[in-house]
Amino acid sequence: MTAKTMSRKNRRMILVVLGLALLGSGAALVLTAMNDAIVFFFSPSEIKERNLAADQRVRLGGLVEDGSVTKAGGTVSFIVTDTVEKISVSYTGVLPDLFREGQGIVAEGRLGPDGVFQASEVLAKHDENYMPREVADALKKNGHWQPGMEPVADTP
Amino acid sequence: MHKYANPTQFIRIANAVLPWSTAIAVAAFVIGLPLALVFSPPDYQQGETVRIMYVHVPAAWMSLMVYMVIAGSSAAFLIWRHTVAHLIARASAPLGAMFAAVCLISGMLWGQPMWGTFWVWDARLTSVLILFFIYIGYIALLDAFDDPERGDRAAAILALVGSVNVPIIHFSVEWWSTLHQGTIITMDGLTLSGDMARPLLIMVAGFTAFYVSVVIIRLRAELLAAKIRNARQSLAAAE
Amino acid sequence: MDQLVTYFAMGGYAVFVWSSYAAAAIGLVGALVLSWQGWKAREREFEDLRAARRGQETQ
Repeated sequence: MTAKTMSRKNRRMILVVLGLALLGSGAALVLTAMNDAIVFFFSPSEIKERNLAADQRVRLGGLVEDGSVTKAGGTVSFIVTDTVEKISVSYTGVLPDLFREGQGIVAEGRLGPDGVFQASEVLAKHDENYMPREVADALKKNGHWQPGMEPVADTP
Repeated sequence: MHKYANPTQFIRIANAVLPWSTAIAVAAFVIGLPLALVFSPPDYQQGETVRIMYVHVPAAWMSLMVYMVIAGSSAAFLIWRHTVAHLIARASAPLGAMFAAVCLISGMLWGQPMWGTFWVWDARLTSVLILFFIYIGYIALLDAFDDPERGDRAAAILALVGSVNVPIIHFSVEWWSTLHQGTIITMDGLTLSGDMARPLLIMVAGFTAFYVSVVIIRLRAELLAAKIRNARQSLAAAE
Repeated sequence: MDQLVTYFAMGGYAVFVWSSYAAAAIGLVGALVLSWQGWKAREREFEDLRAARRGQETQ
């Protein structure tokens, strides 16, 4: 192999590495700038901070507060919390199977002038902790349970 | 490394690997499918739908792994002009697209009953859909030029450009709020109970071994296609 | 019998669970069959070409 072909290969390698580095930083810049468009939902705290324009459609995400769900006719009311701020939600329609108190949800709709979030769609969001019922019950019983906690991973 | 760039040498190694990868794939599916479908417990929240995970996660994993193989091989092809590297990428692409499609379809079938929707445009779902389109674009570019070498190079560059999407897919659930849950692979292990982690890991092994076996078969076809092209040329020259 | 029916019902999620596995099976088996056929077709093509070349040499 002559020195000339070696240097051509090195040049190509530098080109590839530089190209990828440029591309990566470009992508990082674009994604950072577009952050608000990429996030799927805002927490109650973020929504209160934002002073949304009236009638602006947003997605609100958080946990359904324990004991807050009330049903009147076809309309469900509940409170969504991020443990700091709370927003009351009112929704008429079909709820996902996973909807329950303490569960993560994402509601799409508008924040009314009365401060109640009028949702037109409610989706359930679950976490990445999968376990059989007995394990969940045992964790709850011996007090090791926290919402959103990671179970003791006994990988085989 | 350059030794393996020799097609004859490479196919000899691949042929030696093939029976092993096939045996692993068959064994993993024979053990993994009953575990996934029958003997693993239902989830405390999601019930029986958690079984979708045992095909969804391996397909998702493979769609990323195969892409990394394609991106790495494309870099080797562009820098060192290794033809075998290019053929590996070429043979892998339809398999990667298939894994991405299985991941998307099984994900939709899991999202509908659990989240309440087949599809949302959150960062994770969107970036995986883009990965699928990159696969399709790569396959389309390979044979889009009259001069095959130009197509090969254009596709390899697309594969490298598309590789920025790989970390975006993986970290999307951490960088932005998404409807999709976080990753089950953490520094402390898997966020799964043991009797769910076992079938999942076995299925991941099965999908990986399946890919290795099928890509070797595809590689044989690609090497033969190259030989056929050469033979045609010499035949035409002789006439 | 009842046990089997309950099993296949997948707690009411039969459509979603079985369709996912069907999609995976179609994808993987389809990829395997198409790849195998593609390889065999190339092999036949190559053999034909070799035969043609031998014919050319003996002329």
